Amino acid sequence: MSEFTFLFRGRDYFASPEQRQKHTEKWVAWFKELGAKGHIKDLGRPLDAAGKVVDKKSVHDGPYAEAKDVVGGYTLIEAADLNQAVELSKGCPILDLGGCVEVRPVQVQNMMSLNT
Amino acid sequence: MELSDHLFRREAGRMTAALARIFGVHNLGLAEDVVQEAFCRAAEIWKFRGVPDNPSAWLMATAKNCALDALRRQRTARAYAPEFGRYLESEWTRAAIIEEQFGANAIKDDLLRMMFSCCQPRLSEEAQIALILHILCGFSVGEIAGAFVSSQAAIEKRITRAKKVLAQSKKLFDVAAAAEFSARLPAVQRALYLLFNEGYHGACAEAAIRAELCREAMRLTAELLVHPLGRTPASYALAALMALDAARLAARVDETGALLALADQDRSQWDQQLIGEGLKLLELSAAGDELTPYHIEAAIAAAHARARSAEETDWTMIVSLYDSLMAIRPSPIVALNRAIAVAEKDGPELGLEAIAAIDGRERLGAYPFYPAALGEMALRRGDKPAAAAHFRAALALARNPMERLFLEKRVEACGGEKRHPIAPA
Repeated sequence: MSEFTFLFRGRDYFASPEQRQKHTEKWVAWFKELGAKGHIKDLGRPLDAAGKVVDKKSVHDGPYAEAKDVVGGYTLIEAADLNQAVELSKGCPILDLGGCVEVRPVQVQNMMSLNT
Repeated sequence: MELSDHLFRREAGRMTAALARIFGVHNLGLAEDVVQEAFCRAAEIWKFRGVPDNPSAWLMATAKNCALDALRRQRTARAYAPEFGRYLESEWTRAAIIEEQFGANAIKDDLLRMMFSCCQPRLSEEAQIALILHILCGFSVGEIAGAFVSSQAAIEKRITRAKKVLAQSKKLFDVAAAAEFSARLPAVQRALYLLFNEGYHGACAEAAIRAELCREAMRLTAELLVHPLGRTPASYALAALMALDAARLAARVDETGALLALADQDRSQWDQQLIGEGLKLLELSAAGDELTPYHIEAAIAAAHARARSAEETDWTMIVSLYDSLMAIRPSPIVALNRAIAVAEKDGPELGLEAIAAIDGRERLGAYPFYPAALGEMALRRGDKPAAAAHFRAALALARNPMERLFLEKRVEACGGEKRHPIAPA
């Protein structure tokens, strides 16, 4: 098994509490299923949209100008390979709202071995 | 833990009502923003961590925090509700006053206060209902437009205007002021009655939405019944009427989506628990000597509910109830329903006579069940060509697919032999 992060990009907007509830229920069900199949290494956390972007010259409100690029949270997944991780990500409800999941393999290197 | 159905919608109403009281009704927009923010924050956590054991309490706690954040963010001094204003402006007292005002006792009357505020006389009945659905039931503009088969733009306009009127009122309605409460109560009952009717008879074709409107009307009427001043015979009668009618909701439409006449409904599908509740409420409504149209409509619904089969229906009693209704709230539609009951009781000739005698019959011109009633009576007399013509006229007036399917079947029936009862669902 290898580890992957799911980065959830895109902010949601709901016209009504009912729609939000339905969407929230989908997320809960999705995570539950991933967990039941043993794919969740760490549920991760949602990230607050308000934050700062810091560079050499300035500190400004961020993280991104475009709502669709904002990372709303992350989760650590265990999957056989990148293909399986991608398949797992396809059930993410964020896709219904025009958001996306960035699937990134977590690098595992033996630091000690570099020293020898 | 799973979220109960429509929890977000209902909590939205409670939170908005509470925040509008604390911030002042003129800051309704701010209250709505804070509620959005609270939902957003809570739902983000729940997505990852699952639904907590007490989601309502979690939402309320989040709303409190969001309210404090919003107050802190306000750079320019805003005028809040006068009784809380100076506490909200100071960093020292803000948290305590929000905590206190979100307490169970303070929040108890918020829904009712907002309901009465929405029913103010400067707003049309249509606007009152839209506002109640939007603020107290958490329906979006799109959802209301869907339920009322109206354009989104029209509903948007109606709600924006109504909110402006509401925001202009100095403060929310005071539900502790007995005289004002009693004076406003009939308007509130009327709005809830119309909301229920929209669900029951309205133009929306989707059964789920119709049932939702009925349920919301019943939920808000139940709120009236827990308030000592709201617990009047008329309120009980209104609640009884809703329960007894709602008991038949599921049986009103057949598997093709067509309306079913009362006599054709599968009575085993009627919700006996709701009927029981309705009959109990009807009994409670009999206290005092007040007789309202709600009492009579509930009694008519009870007469149908008690009949185990269509043949057992006590039409004599129903005709006399319609007589009483004509005496206190006459209208061509009531008179038409009375005529249909007369036909069931005494035969189609007397039914037709009763129809001919309806005052203001011309006002039924767009009502499909007027020609439909003529059709049923013609059919009962064996005049199929006349009956078919009446049903075709009714079909042209059908307001939704359920009525259309029902009337198409009636046109077809004019070719067959089957005897059909006259009363529509």
